[in-house]
Amino acid sequence: MSELILQCQQVSKHFGGLVALNHVDFDVSCGEVVALLGDNGAGKSTLIKCISGVYRPEQGRIIFDGKDITGHAPSEIRDSGIETIYQDLALAENLDVGANVFLGKEKTRRLFGIPVTDDEYMRREAAKVLDRLDIHIPSLKQKLVNLSGGQRQAVAIARALYWNARLVIMDEPTAALGVPEQRKVLALVRSLRDQGIPIILISHTMQDVMEVADRCVVMRRGRVVANLPKGEYDVEVLVKHIVGAGEMSAAS
Amino acid sequence: MTSSTTVVSGAARTNETRDRLLDFLAKSWAYLFLLLLVVFFSATGRGFFSINNFSNILVTSTLVALMAIGQTYVVITAGIDLSIGWTVGLASVISARTMRDLVNGGTEIPLAMLIGALLALLVALIPGFINGVLIARVRIPPFIATLGMFGVVRGAAFLLTDGQQVIGNLPAGLREALRSIGSGSLAYYIPDQGITFFSRPDNLPPEVMRGVAALLPYPVIITAVVVVIFAFVLGRMRFGRHTYAIGGNPDAAVRAGVNIKRHLIYIYMLSAFTAGIAGVLHSFRFTAGAPQAGEAALLQSVAAVVIGGTNLFGGEGKVSGAVIGALIIGVLQTGLVILNIDPLWQFIVVGVVIIVAVLVNQAQTALERLRANV
Repeated sequence: MSELILQCQQVSKHFGGLVALNHVDFDVSCGEVVALLGDNGAGKSTLIKCISGVYRPEQGRIIFDGKDITGHAPSEIRDSGIETIYQDLALAENLDVGANVFLGKEKTRRLFGIPVTDDEYMRREAAKVLDRLDIHIPSLKQKLVNLSGGQRQAVAIARALYWNARLVIMDEPTAALGVPEQRKVLALVRSLRDQGIPIILISHTMQDVMEVADRCVVMRRGRVVANLPKGEYDVEVLVKHIVGAGEMSAAS
Repeated sequence: MTSSTTVVSGAARTNETRDRLLDFLAKSWAYLFLLLLVVFFSATGRGFFSINNFSNILVTSTLVALMAIGQTYVVITAGIDLSIGWTVGLASVISARTMRDLVNGGTEIPLAMLIGALLALLVALIPGFINGVLIARVRIPPFIATLGMFGVVRGAAFLLTDGQQVIGNLPAGLREALRSIGSGSLAYYIPDQGITFFSRPDNLPPEVMRGVAALLPYPVIITAVVVVIFAFVLGRMRFGRHTYAIGGNPDAAVRAGVNIKRHLIYIYMLSAFTAGIAGVLHSFRFTAGAPQAGEAALLQSVAAVVIGGTNLFGGEGKVSGAVIGALIIGVLQTGLVILNIDPLWQFIVVGVVIIVAVLVNQAQTALERLRANV
């Protein structure tokens, strides 16, 4: 449980004169949900992008599963098991669930010696992984455009799970959803954790955080200002850290 | 209690039946419309319902159909290829000119034909490749890139004819050989005698000769082969799957590891390739090369694609739909002529059909979404 899977050590990132990340230390252990909080511009997204390989930090090291992945290409990092699910989900909405889970890695079979996509197989496999997440989608032949926001989120997570993600980063997963759908996604986060997969959850919604996070990390102006395990925070404490009320009272 | 349940389920069943019917109509209205047109013209036009006329319609439709096949791929990726009309002309001119010059230089006719056809197909790939690079790598919108190429290819085709409207003056032997394929047929139907294969029957009395009909014209067979291959690749293979994915969400395709730049270059080369086949076939059919061979067919090919249910915003479409679209245009053209209606009416009818096609498509999408959310 306490085994560290991801360690960010003293990570710094600048954009011109702007210090986006200032010697950030950030760890994730196996099987925990870590909420990453902070106001706009606090550095959450920059940190996530450094982990997923979109940005290359100027200083510090990022170690995943014992290997230094600092500055690796996004595709290498994804292959090593870190899956980032962005708000736009990166799904092809004109294709069905199976096609999306297998997009870019389609399973083929031979038809008269010609490799054709094995759609049945891909749908079956997609159904299995959705079962593991306890998600029910009426028809797997349905194009994604006809599914609800929560179901699409489930497909994105199913894809990560199917390809053996060992750390999932979710960027505002409930932002665009209605209340019942939000609940489903949170259930999904829990069920992912129960499978032993650690999750970094970026969210603005305190409700989400209170409900699923095992630990909260609050960022402010490029620094980690709080790192609180479950039970040591409530909404008030978190908000204080986010807006920096603590610093101000300390200064005065 | 019991009776009310029965009523509800009864109503539900009627709803379901109605939904299925609507679904069926939305998906296959183009087929039904084509059938309706054929029935209508057969009933009203003298000589419409005949093997000869049907085989003529098929042969005429090969040009638009071939262009529409490549265009379907392009449109599924949310692009458009405006240059293929002139690519047809370029291929036609190059094939005719190469064959003529080779035969005049003493090359055997079959070899000259083969070289001419292959060279034309090869050269046709060039504007496709440039389109693809401009769109995928330089990020010029497809409309602009292919509009530019429209001008370039047009100029190139006319330069190759030294400004003439046709590459003519083909040696008689070559013309004969071209005609045997371009106007030939795998099988002929002779009234009251049956079917013969490979060559047009001769030594028949003129009145019987008039009834002889081409059953499987070579241009139709060639086009059919292209249709089957392109439909298979699009519908069943990874290349096709990635084509749809790029049209649906290019970012998703990129993040899933699809090399979309390379893929788009292939797509525009395929579009140029089917246009090239159309151009070579044109030379075979008319035993001459013409730069403007595909000029009018360009917009017809786009019309065929849209009528066939392909979404201009990308992500959706089928090769079979494009072929049906091409046939609808072909049947209209011939039917109106046979009915002695001013053929200019075809523009109006095709125009209306395009708009109806888009409306039906939108209604179908709305219907699907509505039902999925129930």
